[in-house]
Amino acid sequence: MPIPTEDARFLPADQLTSLVAGLMAIGYRCIGPAVEQGAIVMRPLDTPALPRGLQAEQQPGSYRVGRDPHDRYFAWANGPQAIKPLTFAPQEAMWRVERNAAGTLQFAAVLPPAERLAVIGVRACDLAALALQDAHFLREGRRDTHYARRREQLFLVAVQCAVPAATCFCASTGDGPTPTSGFDLALAELADGFVATAGSDAGRAVLATLGLAPATSQQCEAARQQGVAAASAQTRRMPGGLRETLMSRLEHPRWDDVAARCLACGNCTAVCPTCFCHAEADAPALDGRSSEHARNWDSCFGESHGHLHGTNVRPDIRTRYRQWLTHKLATWHDQFGRSGCVGCGRCIAWCPVGIDLTEEVAALTGGSDQRAPESGKGAA
Amino acid sequence: MTHEPIDAGPPHAATVVARTQESPSIFTLRLRLDDPAAQAAYRFAPGQFNMLYLYGVGEVPISIMSDPEDRDGIGHTIRAVGRVTQGLAALEAGDRVGLRGPFGRGWPLQEVGGCDVVLVTGGLGCAPVVSVIHYVLRRRERFGKLVIVQGVKHAEDLIWREQYDRWAKLPDTQVLVAASQGGALWPWHVGRVTDLFELAQFNPARAVAMMCGPEGMMRAAADSLLARGLPAPHLYLSMERNMQCAVGRCGHCQFGGAFVCRDGPVFGWDEVKGLLAHRGY
Repeated sequence: MPIPTEDARFLPADQLTSLVAGLMAIGYRCIGPAVEQGAIVMRPLDTPALPRGLQAEQQPGSYRVGRDPHDRYFAWANGPQAIKPLTFAPQEAMWRVERNAAGTLQFAAVLPPAERLAVIGVRACDLAALALQDAHFLREGRRDTHYARRREQLFLVAVQCAVPAATCFCASTGDGPTPTSGFDLALAELADGFVATAGSDAGRAVLATLGLAPATSQQCEAARQQGVAAASAQTRRMPGGLRETLMSRLEHPRWDDVAARCLACGNCTAVCPTCFCHAEADAPALDGRSSEHARNWDSCFGESHGHLHGTNVRPDIRTRYRQWLTHKLATWHDQFGRSGCVGCGRCIAWCPVGIDLTEEVAALTGGSDQRAPESGKGAA
Repeated sequence: MTHEPIDAGPPHAATVVARTQESPSIFTLRLRLDDPAAQAAYRFAPGQFNMLYLYGVGEVPISIMSDPEDRDGIGHTIRAVGRVTQGLAALEAGDRVGLRGPFGRGWPLQEVGGCDVVLVTGGLGCAPVVSVIHYVLRRRERFGKLVIVQGVKHAEDLIWREQYDRWAKLPDTQVLVAASQGGALWPWHVGRVTDLFELAQFNPARAVAMMCGPEGMMRAAADSLLARGLPAPHLYLSMERNMQCAVGRCGHCQFGGAFVCRDGPVFGWDEVKGLLAHRGY
């Protein structure tokens, strides 16, 4: 997808700070990259200056922060967090209830503060994931109030990925590496600055205040070429059209094989930008007079996810891994009209034992066409 | 027929107006919403469910077993089996709970007029179906024969014995009950529910069947009914999964691509036959 040439502006590298300062000046709390505990994470920025030269090498089960020899701002593919925690909070209160001396209950909604957030450095895969989270939480006729309040306040500054990680495969899912929609501003980083395009009225307004010169056709072409090169540098691939294939291989021996390696730790679901499962739980106050009903991110790898009055629908890791993979890549199509995988590769890098879903899919779909006989346990 | 459900937001406050012990572990709570306007406006379709909230503990999905024409209260028959339901079991008339609902898709009662109605239930699966019995009996002329087939593990697990006796005496109504393990003076069949199908008198070509119970039982019952000539589009069943939000959001109740709380709990046979009783789904 080419960078649109009309309306594109050129933001010199030393003016990136002006862009962030401008967003802060109009009331946005800005979120940008920072190194924390050995990983690049998105954190609130104290000053408009972004760190330069960050890079991260990613492999199955491995994430190492490094240095970009060209000292660029965005020469890293992604960190463990997407923008998911900013819209779908990992933990949040939904409502609370008070009980008076007579035992009467009074319920009231608890709504999160609506904070204006600008996120600097959103990747194309994360924009695709956000669109899927929107489809889930903002479904017609059943909008999630908590999600909606946060989502409406977001200002998204996307960046083109010029340096994909070894774990990336967004080109094969059609979601990157160049952002094409869903952003307020998009940047493509060249040697001396950025080709900047607006994707919304809010983005156009911010861009206009910077007084930038139009990007030249050479700059736009360089950005386009950079996206093409980043796509072709990706080594992993996720095939499309997996729905029927995977659902016809529910008894494939590979599920046993992956279950022997998987720790069911839930890291993959925690870093996945599209996973939406959450558990609801009550926290009663110590004085007994009130209780708060909250939701917390949950994982289909957990013991309690398939709990059903004394039994467990998914009692072992084989059925839990299979639930995750077949939901993400097969039944997601029934729910949202596309796969739930956007090719960010986080589940590969952050799996402590380095399970690679692209490898599992290849083994399930190409390694063998043979179906093993039904194990019989529990099935009627 | 149904009004807009109370959303994922706070429940409505409700009061227990009556409590009935049905068996050693099964009890029925009759609830009334504290807000009279909300109670007056409350409508549900047989087969739908509510989320019941026990103060300070949490919520559980429970099917609505009362008569939909009864505007004065909302009935739930519950087995005390987990943290919330064991707490609900300790409630008495006058105690308070929270309630939101109704949720999900109920039984297709509008579309089956003129048909024989075959109800196949196992264990507490009778609760989501009993409102169908009330519905049919109130509109008796609109339906053909009514066949009620209920199975339990042990004779002691059978609830609503007097009601089954009463229904058995009604014209064009057949009641068939089985217990895997009988007991003293057990008047009905000892064995499986599917053993009773031979005795069931209905016209398969113009019958509709509705099932609720263990998935293995429903699969066996479906095979038997389909073999007898019941058209697959006339076969419905109610599914059960872990449900926490009740609005298709929290993800626990997914059954393949379906959210049981939102797309079900009542499904047509063709929607679920691929994964029903498949271990892990």
